[in-house]
Amino acid sequence: MSAPLRDVAIVAFAQSDHRRRTDDLSEVEMVMPVLHEVLRRTGCETSDIGFTCSGSSDYLAGRAFSFTMALDGVGAWPPISESHVEADGAWALYEAWVKLLTGEADTALVYAYGKSSPGSVRDVLTRQLDPYYLAPLWPDSVALAALQAQALVDAGHTDEAALASIAARRRADASANPHAQLTGARPQGDHVVAPLRTGDCPPIGDGAAAVILAAGDRARELCERPAWIRGMDHRIEAHSLGVRDLTDSPSTRLAAERAGAFARPVDTAELHAPFTSQEVVLTRALGLGDEVRVNPSGGALAANPVMAAGLIRLGEAAAAVHRGDSDRALAHATSGPCLQQNLVAVLEGDPR
Amino acid sequence: MSKEPVAVVGIGQTRHVAARRDVSIAGLVREAALRALADAELTWADIDAVVIGKAPDFFEGVMMPELYLADALGAVGKPMLRVHTAGSVGGSTALVAANLVAARVHRTVLTLAFEKQSESNAMWGLSLPVPFQQPLLAGAGGFFAPHVRAYMRRTGAPDTVGSLVAYKDRRNALKNPYAHLHEHDITLEKVQASPMLWDPIRYSETCPSSDGACAMVLTDRAGADRAPRPAAWVHGGAMRSEPTLFAGKDFVSPRAGSDCAADVYRQAGITDPRRQIDAVEMYVPFSWYEPMWLENLGFAAEGEGWKLTEAGVTELDGDLPVNPSGGVLSTNPIGASGMIRFAEAALQVRGEAGEHQIDGARRALGHAYGGGAQFFSMWLVGSAPPAG
Repeated sequence: MSAPLRDVAIVAFAQSDHRRRTDDLSEVEMVMPVLHEVLRRTGCETSDIGFTCSGSSDYLAGRAFSFTMALDGVGAWPPISESHVEADGAWALYEAWVKLLTGEADTALVYAYGKSSPGSVRDVLTRQLDPYYLAPLWPDSVALAALQAQALVDAGHTDEAALASIAARRRADASANPHAQLTGARPQGDHVVAPLRTGDCPPIGDGAAAVILAAGDRARELCERPAWIRGMDHRIEAHSLGVRDLTDSPSTRLAAERAGAFARPVDTAELHAPFTSQEVVLTRALGLGDEVRVNPSGGALAANPVMAAGLIRLGEAAAAVHRGDSDRALAHATSGPCLQQNLVAVLEGDPR
Repeated sequence: MSKEPVAVVGIGQTRHVAARRDVSIAGLVREAALRALADAELTWADIDAVVIGKAPDFFEGVMMPELYLADALGAVGKPMLRVHTAGSVGGSTALVAANLVAARVHRTVLTLAFEKQSESNAMWGLSLPVPFQQPLLAGAGGFFAPHVRAYMRRTGAPDTVGSLVAYKDRRNALKNPYAHLHEHDITLEKVQASPMLWDPIRYSETCPSSDGACAMVLTDRAGADRAPRPAAWVHGGAMRSEPTLFAGKDFVSPRAGSDCAADVYRQAGITDPRRQIDAVEMYVPFSWYEPMWLENLGFAAEGEGWKLTEAGVTELDGDLPVNPSGGVLSTNPIGASGMIRFAEAALQVRGEAGEHQIDGARRALGHAYGGGAQFFSMWLVGSAPPAG
């Protein structure tokens, strides 16, 4: 696509402290403080928001229509203009961005949440697979990521030592992130599924995140240094792993191209790579060099609340722009087995 | 900068039935998509993005099935977005797709909604526990029956109005080859004698459980110029949501519904919906919701909706035909039902509705709702492009 028709920015970001279990909290109770926090950052009230969009999954919640209860946390009265995607909140942000581009709204609240603790998320995610040929075999998410990692090793793109160093760097980076679940030096541990060891895998946990989008002058009113969305695009690949080259991510590269990521270098990248090996795939697909700060938040290796972790990448990249730590950042989100579907956004701050 | 006008140039549906055991989920959605492409005389290569919707994933037992459906819908290498807003989802999905064109992000978008309910038992899937209430619900009818009763009490409507709606919609369905129920021997007496399921809702006043899919091709002005058949133009579209339960909620006429309609009418320049709208496809899963929505959507004054139904105004030959396709009462693949309403409204203004065509329909409303009468999506389509 060409340049967006309207300047839209992420003007605020908030997230929960991500935890292994939140038995004491319902989804609404987990989401509400995050919504309050993100609104407080802009001084907005619910009635100032033109459009609301959320991302979540009934399969994590273990009940149909689970998002209807979370809506109570938004305070949808008087009635609001609202939608929901059954996907990571990054795609909710995409829907909200398009809504703002049409001019039908000037502000949007986007939120996402996921509780992996009530079930076995490795088993739950097998239900995403082709229901006729693959799901009956229950291949779990770590096993599939391990297939991808082994393909990378076989192709000579990485080895276990390189993966271990990614794991160590991300947890070290996460020490500066008060919301992270897994921080500091961690043993790399035994193989979970070879070649992936405990350290190569994301923590399992519960969490929520929210951002506020605003267009044009409204964005400048709400934020000292808005993170302008210069481009955003997402692409999906074939579902069957057998027809894909798992060592590459052409959908990420195409989305980045359409989002304008290659027009100028970025200084920061927040990549939604739950496994160390997937960071290798994404870094290669995006051609990110050593000069780019990758996942200063620690990324999904430090906190991986499923359905929110992608939105958090967009939020973290925006927050880096807000703070002045970044002038041009790339944010990435993924969905599906072995990076099947990928979203890329390019965020910029006004020149200083 | 003004929005790009959005045109519907292709529509496809499956023949809706109780169980499509002959096709996979992928086969089902592909059938509708291919029909929509054929109607638009386009191929997969002409499609820039796919927006797909369905109701809860538990209905088929597949989590985020769009991942697996990417290949069947020609989406590989393209954007694919999945919407889920409960029963209103078919409508919401179409609106999300329309926005991609309106914002000029994409030029031609395929939007599709489906449900393959034979994979599970939808009635029990819909029997959700309501907080602080006895778990006595059996299906959505158990949830909505008290609100129907409240409507009857409030308006003094005679007990027979619900059966009139069912009798009308089931007869309309006989003219629609895609409808699930084709009850050739239907009589008003049979509807009125059918078993009581959720007092006051009888068996014949209840929607079926269907397998089906519906797809539309949406495009910009240039795309509409190239289209082989007349386009339906989007004149207005909106979504509104409110919480499931709260003190003061009006289940009979939810404010989210009337607000949503008011927004659509404002966009479309409608000031007198009863006179200016030629056909309505509204989401009526239980017969009494026709008079209820007639009031909520501004076609009748409060308490007067049942009088329109009783007077035959909403019949196929009345001056405000409602659900000429047979509606949700004749076909209900839940996730697709909202999109079928939107698509049937578009068929009317394109003049392509076949035997259930309303002569000279120029403006039609598509309406969907879901959850505990809390999620609404609507669009108004016209035979002429929007002004400006």
